[in-house]
Amino acid sequence: MAIIIDETTNVLVQGISGKQGFFHTKQMLTYGSKVIAGTSPGKGGTTIEGIPVYDSVRAAIEKHRIDASVVFVPATMAKDAALEALAAGIKVVVVVTEHIPVHDEMAIVAYAKRVNSIVIGPNTFGIVSSGKCKIGIPPNQFFIPGPVGVVARSGTLTYEIVGNLTAQNIGQSTVVGMGGDRVVGLTFVDVLKKFEQDPETKVVVLIGEIGGFAEEEASQYIKEMTKPVVAYIAGKSAPQGKQMGHAGAIIERGKGTYEGKVKALTEAGAKIVELPFEVPGIIKELLLKL
Amino acid sequence: MKMFEYMGKEIFSKYGLKVPKGRMVNNSEDAAFIAKDIGGAVVIKSQVLSGKRGKAGGIKFADNPEQAKAAAQEIFEMTVQGHAVEILLIEEKLKIDKEFYLAITIDLAAKRPVIIASIKGGMDIEEVAEDYIIKEQIDVELGMQSFIASDIVRRMGVTLNSPLGKELVRTIRTLYRIFVEIDAELVEINPLVISGDKVIAADSKITIDDAALYRQIELPRVEERTVVEKTAHDLGLSFVELNGDIGVMANGAGITMGTLDTITYYGGKSANFLDAGGGTGEEGTAKALELILSRNPKAIVINIFGGITRCDDVARALASVKKNIGIPVPVVVRLVGTNQEAGRAILKEVGIEAYDFMQDAIKKVVELSR
Repeated sequence: MAIIIDETTNVLVQGISGKQGFFHTKQMLTYGSKVIAGTSPGKGGTTIEGIPVYDSVRAAIEKHRIDASVVFVPATMAKDAALEALAAGIKVVVVVTEHIPVHDEMAIVAYAKRVNSIVIGPNTFGIVSSGKCKIGIPPNQFFIPGPVGVVARSGTLTYEIVGNLTAQNIGQSTVVGMGGDRVVGLTFVDVLKKFEQDPETKVVVLIGEIGGFAEEEASQYIKEMTKPVVAYIAGKSAPQGKQMGHAGAIIERGKGTYEGKVKALTEAGAKIVELPFEVPGIIKELLLKL
Repeated sequence: MKMFEYMGKEIFSKYGLKVPKGRMVNNSEDAAFIAKDIGGAVVIKSQVLSGKRGKAGGIKFADNPEQAKAAAQEIFEMTVQGHAVEILLIEEKLKIDKEFYLAITIDLAAKRPVIIASIKGGMDIEEVAEDYIIKEQIDVELGMQSFIASDIVRRMGVTLNSPLGKELVRTIRTLYRIFVEIDAELVEINPLVISGDKVIAADSKITIDDAALYRQIELPRVEERTVVEKTAHDLGLSFVELNGDIGVMANGAGITMGTLDTITYYGGKSANFLDAGGGTGEEGTAKALELILSRNPKAIVINIFGGITRCDDVARALASVKKNIGIPVPVVVRLVGTNQEAGRAILKEVGIEAYDFMQDAIKKVVELSR
């Protein structure tokens, strides 16, 4: 088991002929993901890395069963690409593209909700069900199967933490990158609910950061969870009013502070680690107790 | 991108919202001239990207051109919330019956626009009692239909078929159109002045989504970043100046924040936040290093967990900066991930030993900064 994607997931790559799309298609195939089709307007009928290319998502759907798509097209066209996948009935759409205007993101998320599909991202590294399927851009070698579910807003911080877990031979069930933007498809609660239901996941790591309300919202659900949650919140040392890279990582008028998030999570029963490399130690302890 | 009040009012005016009669000036002589032209009492408003201008003395009233000139002079000589004043807006003084509040922004939890309205405007919305605040999330697929705007006006306690009620409905719908069409994150009118049946935007606060600027070619540009931050932005790097003495470079926003947190934990102070992003090549990395050096840090830490970023690119850049420009302070490097061995070999040639774990590298750099 795993959540959202597994070894049976058929993947479509939108923008397969672009530099990123091409490179990461190869990486995903190497990891073992079932990338079975790609789109690139005007290049329908060709193949890339042995994968058939179509002019549109509709054209691909006519020939294949597609379970998930990944969007690698530039920000100016990403809204159209995401809506195209959703309108074609694809149930999981991973939007890797960064710098998408927030009004476009609201439109994507609203439509996804209406058609009852999952949008991962925008501005995400993607999702990995370790050993089964990887959709997105994380480096292959750091993801091994195991009992830890990971959900995060930030990519490289996830690599850091997952890399440290893997170095200590602690594997992951599924690693979900919700995306670094303010408006993204998933919430922590959406993902935590799935981990709570997933038999393979024994413990959950939540990687948050300053800004927004996502961690506070997550706390409400963590109270009800039976599985232990370990949380790290990045940005403790960030000054107010300065945007720390991600669009959402900013403390404005005292809202979205580190202290507020830690308080909410602690009260909900989550274990807080102060530094990212403290995660494996505490996970080991928790796994031994199970 | 935040916009100045006068820019926002130009947008309002273009869309048919009423704004006070007024002009911008950059000297006190012109202030007197415009005041005379407007006639009667005027208000003199400093144009800075900050709220609470009134409390800071950045807004003054004058009954005649001489007073306007004196007031303008006074404002030009002061700083408002730390900002120098370069432009003033001279406007007619309105006859105010009531002051309302109207804003549209993004409700991040709901992932939708939200309209916020109040009949208690003129002050900070945070200070208004909840009973007087109306909030309504807007379904982006529905938009600001007439019935939605009308119901907001009803909840504000204004008679719907009155001239004022109709004008408020029109104002709300127009403001939503502006919010969408200029890719705004925030459009705020505070106060929205009620003068008889007229509804006048006496102030404007607008923030535009930076990611959408590419398609907002007609909007004016406002630069709020420091020179160094702007240079970084143009290089595709995310850079924020901080007050400490340890230069920081990492790849990715999250791990950069994690690096700053760890520096603070071990008692050090970071001089900057620099996210070199994923996939920044040799040249970008070299430029990033130059930026960090321009802040004169006592020591530098480079924390790379290479996914898309290739360790050998980072190492080559570091070696080339060391050779060509020279690095006058100690550099501590943590380098793991893609092409790690090749990267470490390059660093060894220039006498840098890379660390495996970020905590070890950061402990070391904090020591060196003392």
